[in-house]
Amino acid sequence: MKILVTIKQVASLDEDFELNDDGRDVSADFHVFDLNEWDHYALEEAMRLKEGANGDIEIVVATVGPEGADDELRKCLAKGADRAIRIWSDELEDADPVAIARVLAALARKEAPDMIFAGVQASDHAYGVTGMALAGLIDWPHAAVVAGLDYAPGAKTATARRELEGGSYATVEVQCPAVLTIQLGINTPRYASLRGIKQAAQRPIETFTPDELGLAAGETGAAGSLSRIRRVYVPATGRAQMIEGTPAEQAARLAGLIKEFRGETK
Amino acid sequence: MSGILVLVEHRQGQLRPVSLEVLGAAVQAKAASGEAVTVAVLGAQPNAWVESLKLAGVDEIVTVETSTDAFDPEVYETVARALIEARKPSLVLLPHTIDTLGYAAPLAAKGNYGFTTDAFGLARDGADWLATRSGYGQKVNMEIEFPGKETTIVTLRPGAFKAPETAASPAVSTFAAPALTPRSRHLAFEEPAASGDVDIPGAEFILSVGRGIGEETHVEQFRELAETVGATLGCSRPIADSGWLPKAHQVGQSGKTAAACKMYIAMGISGSVQHMAGMKHVDNIIAVNTDPEASIFTIARYGIVGDIFDIAEELRSHF
Repeated sequence: MKILVTIKQVASLDEDFELNDDGRDVSADFHVFDLNEWDHYALEEAMRLKEGANGDIEIVVATVGPEGADDELRKCLAKGADRAIRIWSDELEDADPVAIARVLAALARKEAPDMIFAGVQASDHAYGVTGMALAGLIDWPHAAVVAGLDYAPGAKTATARRELEGGSYATVEVQCPAVLTIQLGINTPRYASLRGIKQAAQRPIETFTPDELGLAAGETGAAGSLSRIRRVYVPATGRAQMIEGTPAEQAARLAGLIKEFRGETK
Repeated sequence: MSGILVLVEHRQGQLRPVSLEVLGAAVQAKAASGEAVTVAVLGAQPNAWVESLKLAGVDEIVTVETSTDAFDPEVYETVARALIEARKPSLVLLPHTIDTLGYAAPLAAKGNYGFTTDAFGLARDGADWLATRSGYGQKVNMEIEFPGKETTIVTLRPGAFKAPETAASPAVSTFAAPALTPRSRHLAFEEPAASGDVDIPGAEFILSVGRGIGEETHVEQFRELAETVGATLGCSRPIADSGWLPKAHQVGQSGKTAAACKMYIAMGISGSVQHMAGMKHVDNIIAVNTDPEASIFTIARYGIVGDIFDIAEELRSHF
C-alpha cells in the first residue's frame, strides 16, 4: 500500500521586493521559501493512515522544483515520510499549474500509488489547480477540499467530508484509488522531532527529469501549460489611515472610534 | 470559436449568488467582444432555475437534466465538455468556488483549453482574452494570457463582479447530458454546528482575533475585551481550526459573513482572500497588526501598526 503526497515549495516576498527585467515575475532574490501550509495537512493525513495501519503503508512525497526544494522534501522526511522524489529541468521554469500536474501525472503512473493527496491550494499563487488537474490527467476519481476522511487502507471506497462555503459540509463516497485535495484543519499536523530532522539530512532524495518519466517535450514547461503570465505588477491598493503614536495614544484613538460608533461621544 | 458560456451553481434549492456575479462578468465580456452569452444550468429539474436566469445581456439559457441536484465533479465536467464541443465558445466563465475546485482543472487539463483561476479582472485584447489574478499572497497582480488557445476557461473570484440587475427574455433550449456513471456519490449535507449565543451574521460590532494571538491561553483576554467594548467575538480560520473558538465565531468564506456588521476590529489577522470575503464590505474596519505590509491594511479604514496585547491592555482602561 502506497500513498503519494504531492508538495510545493512556496515563496513569500521580502519587503521592498523588485521585479525581474522581463516584468513577468518577482526577482528570486526576494523570495522567502517554505513548505506550503496545506501540504503539512496532506502529509499528516497520510501519516495518520499509516499509523492506523500499523505501518504497512509507504508514504512517498514528491515535488516539482529546483534543487532548493529539497529543503521542503527533507521537512517531510523528518516528519516520517518514507521516500522523497524531486523532478526538475530548466524548461519547467515556465510551467503553469497544469504543466506541473502533467509531470506529477507521469510520476503517478510510474509509482502506481493507492491514493494521492495534495493540498487544496498553495499559499503563494492560490490557483487551486494542481491536485485536481493531476486527477483529470490520470483519470482517477477525485474530491476537492476534503476536511474529513474515513478510509480504511485498501478499501474500494473512501468517505470524504468536503468543506463548503458558509460553514456547511457535503459528505461524498469516492471510489479508490482516488486523488483528494486536503483542506486546512482536517487534522493537527505534527512537528518534526530533532532526531527526525537530523536523520532526514542524511536521507537520499530521488531525482528525475520529465524526460526520464517519459514526458514528451511538447508536454512540459510552457508547451504543456494552459496559461502564460504576461506581466506582473504591484497594484495600487487602498491604504488605511494609520493611527500613529505610543500604544496608549493609539488605544485612546481606537477607544474614541468605538465610543463614537456606539453613539457615546459627540 | 465564438461565444461566452457560463455554468451556474446551486445548492440545496438555492441558486448561489456568485453565479449571477459570473453572469454579470459575462455580460461585460460580451460588451467587449460582441460575443453572445449562453448560460447553462444543470439539475434534476433544471427548468426550475430558468426564471431567475432571465437577465439583461443573457442571449440563451440552456437547461441540462441530470440525475440529481447534488453536485458531482464528473457530471459537471462531462456536461461542460460536451457543451464546449457543441458550442465552441471562446470563453467559459465559472465561479471560483468549492465546487469548481473539483472539476474546472480536470476539464481544462484534459481538453487543453486555456485556463486560469480566481480572476478578478477580465479584458479583451484584440482577439484574445486576458485575465487578472493575484500572486504571492496578494502582494502582486498577475496578468494572464492564453497563447494559441481557442477556448479559455476562467474561474472568477466571488465579490469581484456585479450581477445584472434588470430582467430580459432570452431564448431557452435544452441540452442532453452525455451518459456517465460517476465514480463518486453525494451522501449528505451537514449544516453548520449550532451557533449557541454567537451570531456573526447579525452582529453590528465585531472584534475578531487571528493567528497573532499566538496561544490558546490568550483567547480569554480577547473574549473579555470584546465583552468590555460591547462587541461580538469573531475569529479567523486558524483559531477555529485549532479548536480555540467554536466554528460559529469564524468569519470568512468557509465561516460566516459579517452581513450586518458596521464596525469590525481585526486584531492579529493578516487578511487572506478567504477571510476578507466575509468582512471586506464593512464600512468601518480597523486593523491592528505588527506587520505594516499585512493585506488587511489595504481594506481597513484605520490601521494601527502595533502589538495587539499592548493595544488591548491600553484599550481596556478606557471602558
